[in-house]
Amino acid sequence: MDSYLFPFDNLLCMLLGISFTVWITLLLVFIIVPAIFGLSFGIRRLYMKTLLKIFEWATLRMERGAREKNQHLYKPYSNGIIAKEPASLEQEIQEMRRSGQGGEPEFDMSDIFYFCRRGVESIVDDEVTKRFTAEELESWNLLTRSNYNFNHVSARLTVLWGLGVLIRYGLLLPLRVTLAFTGVGLLVVLTSIIGLLPNGRMKNLLSQKAHLMCYRICVRALTAIITYHDSENKPKNGGICVANHTSPIDVIILASDGCYAMVGQVHGGLMGVIQRSMVKACPHIWFERSEVKDRHLVAKRLSDHVADQTKLPILIFPEGTCINNTSVMMFKKGSFEIGCTVYPVAIKYDPRFGDAFWNSSKFGMVNYLLHMMSSWAIVCSVWYLPPMRREEDEDAVQFANRVKAAIARKGGLVDLLWDGGLKREKVKDVFKEEQQRLYSKVLVGGGSEDRSRS
Amino acid sequence: MGSRASSLLREEDIEEIKKETGFSHSQITRLYSRFHSLDKGENGALSREDFQRIPELAINPLGDRIINAFFPEGEDQVNFRGFMRTLAHFRPVEDNEKNKDPNAGEPLNSRTNKLLFAFRLYDLDRDDKISRDELLQVLRMMVGVNISDEQLGSIADRTIQEADTNGDMCISFSEFIKVLEKVDVEQKMSIRFLH
Repeated sequence: MDSYLFPFDNLLCMLLGISFTVWITLLLVFIIVPAIFGLSFGIRRLYMKTLLKIFEWATLRMERGAREKNQHLYKPYSNGIIAKEPASLEQEIQEMRRSGQGGEPEFDMSDIFYFCRRGVESIVDDEVTKRFTAEELESWNLLTRSNYNFNHVSARLTVLWGLGVLIRYGLLLPLRVTLAFTGVGLLVVLTSIIGLLPNGRMKNLLSQKAHLMCYRICVRALTAIITYHDSENKPKNGGICVANHTSPIDVIILASDGCYAMVGQVHGGLMGVIQRSMVKACPHIWFERSEVKDRHLVAKRLSDHVADQTKLPILIFPEGTCINNTSVMMFKKGSFEIGCTVYPVAIKYDPRFGDAFWNSSKFGMVNYLLHMMSSWAIVCSVWYLPPMRREEDEDAVQFANRVKAAIARKGGLVDLLWDGGLKREKVKDVFKEEQQRLYSKVLVGGGSEDRSRS
Repeated sequence: MGSRASSLLREEDIEEIKKETGFSHSQITRLYSRFHSLDKGENGALSREDFQRIPELAINPLGDRIINAFFPEGEDQVNFRGFMRTLAHFRPVEDNEKNKDPNAGEPLNSRTNKLLFAFRLYDLDRDDKISRDELLQVLRMMVGVNISDEQLGSIADRTIQEADTNGDMCISFSEFIKVLEKVDVEQKMSIRFLH
């Protein structure tokens, strides 16, 4: 009996050994070495083009399937469900009154129509709640999580989808997880070693190289295909870099192309280990949980860091929370009060290959990373905008809005005044009071006109 | 991920809603997707909290009255049929010309039904009359703290005086219709739904 098993056993071991070696060699040659030197073979872009062709084919098949069954395919329209008129409260009510009776009464029972219609319009389609869920796609990208037309998926398409699942979970996921562990592990080890060196130019140089290398490995761990535009505007020392926030991956994307000082809360566990070792190699700004509430302390630490020209530019996400990359929401004014040069950066993800948005109310971090690593790829564009400074007659809020508008324009995102905090909190009453105040002006204003006439 | 819900809506349901409200097939699926994304509890019905989570509605001075209009008397949940029935009031009137069915009752988005919707926003206790108190309460909602009680009271009195024809110091539905006969209700109370 034994003699039968023995040769198979040997063969199996040999095969495993060979495939393992081949695997590691491929990994090293095609991924890790280029990461160290910042080169690229162009494999990822080829991959991207092939995928796009497959997605288009998949959508055409689904449309054909739907037409055969004489049914409608669910298609999300980027224009929205309804067409709204962007007129103000005063305009609309005056318009309504003019079309009514001749003499202008102070109050008209038809005034209610304005509030009524606006209210129902916001129930059907509002600007805010749709920013906190993943964007809807025009064509299906063979991921279950973005399929809206289950009943139109034909047999051939199902096979393709099944193949996709095999490739993504069987091949890509293990590869990416290995790379991620390598990248993070190297980061911790290298920064700890560099931390032992005396402070000086050598240490800074080595630390930058180490950070860049490890982030590049992480970029490959996500199969992120990033296009950087206008690199001449890259942030310099003594400044603050601000960007729109879609996911924790934003950090990796920006940090693999430049060196930044990170800002954040001190975490426990693995994150804590990474944070502690990173700060050994170069100064980052980590806050204890209790310190975060103290705005003055935060501002002081940031200003101190910025004043030191040898320290790296700070990376901040002023929205304070993850938004789904279709819009830019209110920027918190804290970072704009410091009074240094601000380097805005716009990040726009291409949702066709994998949605990078982290819906933190629905998914935890591990679940999210799993989603990321089992998508096809993360494709995004990064624009470095020219630096901005606060003008003499601007306050921090106006400056923040100016920067936000520039980022929204460059990235092709909608510029909203709403606070990203509305993801979890209720809207403040002061906005309702503003609406009431505006309406009262129309009422009372109309009344005084009447009196002066009579 | 909420859009997966379009597959949970059956064709028969869509047809029934189409007949009752006059919305097209694609409009119904899109509105179902919206309904589903508002339904945080994922139980197939919306509660008042689900509506209040919409910031633009929360800052609307009449937000609570509008939310109330979706819920039938005494109920706390509205299902998709009820949701569509209420939204149907806001369909533009021209769209009716396409499917004229002489046997069907008055469509939900007729001028009269639009006026009835607005009337019910004023009529807090649903007794088919707008009393001075009810008018005052709604006015107070719309102006907040910016106008004094006396001024508001005189505005209310003047409005009732102008509208009241039978002398009962209340505005009935027919008096309401009369006051607004020159107003373009069809346009003011319509939302342009894209196809």
